[in-house]
Amino acid sequence: MIHENVLLLSLVLMAGVLFAFVYVFIHSTKLEQDYASIAKNSYSKRDKLFGFIIIAGVLIAIGTTRGLPYGPHNANAKQIDVIGKQWYWEISDTTATVNQPIIFNVGSADVNHGLGIYDKDLRLLTQVQAMPDYTNKLAYTFKEAGEYKLMCMEYCGLVHHSMISTFTVNDEG
Amino acid sequence: MSPLQPLNKSARLAILCYVGISAIVFLLMMIVGLVMRASQAQLIGVPPQFFYQLMTAHGGSMIVTSGLAASAVLWYFLRRYTNLYTPILWINLGLFLTGVVLILGSIFIGGFAGAWTFLFPLPSHGLGIWSTGAATAFIVGLLLIGVGFLIFYLEVARAILKEYGSIPKALGWPQLFKNSSDTMPPATIVAGTMVFIVNILGILAGAVVLVLILINLYVPRFEVDPLLTKNLTYFFGHVFINATIYQAVIAVYELLPQYTGRTWKVNKVFLAAWTASSLMVMAVYPHHLMMDFAMPSWMAISAQIFSYANGIPLIIVTAWGALTIVHRSGIKWDAASLLLMIAIFGWSAGVIPAIIDATVAVNKVMHNTLWVPGHFHFYLLTGLVAMLLGFMIYMINGDDQSAPINPNKPIDVKPMTAADTSAIWVYTLGSIGFSMMFLISGTASVPRRWAEHFPEWIVYSQVATVFGSFIVLAMLILVIKIVIRLPKARTL
Repeated sequence: MIHENVLLLSLVLMAGVLFAFVYVFIHSTKLEQDYASIAKNSYSKRDKLFGFIIIAGVLIAIGTTRGLPYGPHNANAKQIDVIGKQWYWEISDTTATVNQPIIFNVGSADVNHGLGIYDKDLRLLTQVQAMPDYTNKLAYTFKEAGEYKLMCMEYCGLVHHSMISTFTVNDEG
Repeated sequence: MSPLQPLNKSARLAILCYVGISAIVFLLMMIVGLVMRASQAQLIGVPPQFFYQLMTAHGGSMIVTSGLAASAVLWYFLRRYTNLYTPILWINLGLFLTGVVLILGSIFIGGFAGAWTFLFPLPSHGLGIWSTGAATAFIVGLLLIGVGFLIFYLEVARAILKEYGSIPKALGWPQLFKNSSDTMPPATIVAGTMVFIVNILGILAGAVVLVLILINLYVPRFEVDPLLTKNLTYFFGHVFINATIYQAVIAVYELLPQYTGRTWKVNKVFLAAWTASSLMVMAVYPHHLMMDFAMPSWMAISAQIFSYANGIPLIIVTAWGALTIVHRSGIKWDAASLLLMIAIFGWSAGVIPAIIDATVAVNKVMHNTLWVPGHFHFYLLTGLVAMLLGFMIYMINGDDQSAPINPNKPIDVKPMTAADTSAIWVYTLGSIGFSMMFLISGTASVPRRWAEHFPEWIVYSQVATVFGSFIVLAMLILVIKIVIRLPKARTL
């Protein structure tokens, strides 16, 4: 799952940073008089790393912008209206079928909310903000039958944490 | 560089007030944070209404207090290169304290619990829990604090521009783009210039959105676009907290050379990184709005690219510079220098999960989960606050006896006591552990800003509470030391 991969990638990179700091810290109290050489050597490496990271960063950033959730969307998808209200979801239809493309038309009748779709293991599958005056279209296709939870992802007041609805996905046929 | 001039008495007193107030508020708000995590862990019972009041107080207080402490760092070092007008320090402090009183009154008397991000139109939708008056007090309080900071940064701009002539010169553009052989501007000037540019714009954006919300509170016919206000709010919030770090890091640029007896050379890479970040820090804020599909998609895409490009140069320049200057330097660590070095680690490591979260595909499953407080607590607790604590301890160490007024000679190191050493390492481990539990909770999809958690999630909060207790304990020791020794703080 992407969740664990994100954590793993973060931990690996953070460990790399930690290693560099621990290495320098351990050697920091020894004195090398020729700072000019240390600096020249170090900054030479930095400039190479700098260029590499910038190029890699921009390439990765551009590469990961494919498959964005902003549309255009499948015109034949099932349309479901979801309106956030303090503190419940008003949903035009709470059922869907496995592999059926769905467009959630998400808005709000009062304040900012966030629609998060959670599976039975309480894993966040996707989300979108719910705002007054705007309709955000969230496309999603459920791959497994079962009970899902629609939870609020944007702080909306005192019962924010209880703004939860259920959504049922049935097997095909 | 010319020898340091003593701080005038009024400026010294004001800076010590900034330091003392910030240290105490940090401690109090860390206790509030601990209470929130302990409540989510079901170790104590906090009613949801009070939880969200505490959340509002914690977020708001931490943001503005970080700004206050960081502005003390900027002022303290900037006055070595420019002539700053001391009364501005007091005006800023006066407006800050008045604003804080209003904000705390709105929360703990008026029951306001709209979160410090005050996303429109939540302040006007208290549903009887808080009144229009309470929302007004909160907004006016923030406005007053913003006005104080705006005056502060206008004074910073005036002083720098008077000394260096123009923004391009203060950012070193002649040396960067025209190969000018003029002396490079000091790091503090470059950073200070970047900070006043972005913070003046950011604070103005914040003021605009606050005034819009304020008018709408009393004249609901005055319609405000929620997406516009969201943009302004996040532009302000993103710029302000980043500029806070950029001010605090001045302490690293100024003090590590003193501790190591080495020079932190400002070169073209340094200048390019700061110039690039000056622009990009203002362009990346839409990464807070990636799940607002009504936004133009090009903004999300550009925010992703800029987020990757923005965080990296400045951190590499600073972290690499810090590592280089310390490596085999024979440094004698004391509490201040150790905290500064830990802080650079915290900042560098903490932005990694932040940058990854600025990827749309990741944001889709991490936005508004505890992953977000995970990365910002990492670079704020282990990074920013450690940096500010390092500066505070440097201040209270008193005047340098061995090299009283020469910034190019190694500093007179104050040996660390066992209490210092213990407190610093307990703070460091506590803050890393505390933030990691947020990140792990985010990986498990736990939403942020929930007063009550599902049973499956409680264990994360319980472990986090243990780490949070370490932080509070260590912070208590450090803050007591700072406050007690304030009267003997530096005069130079």
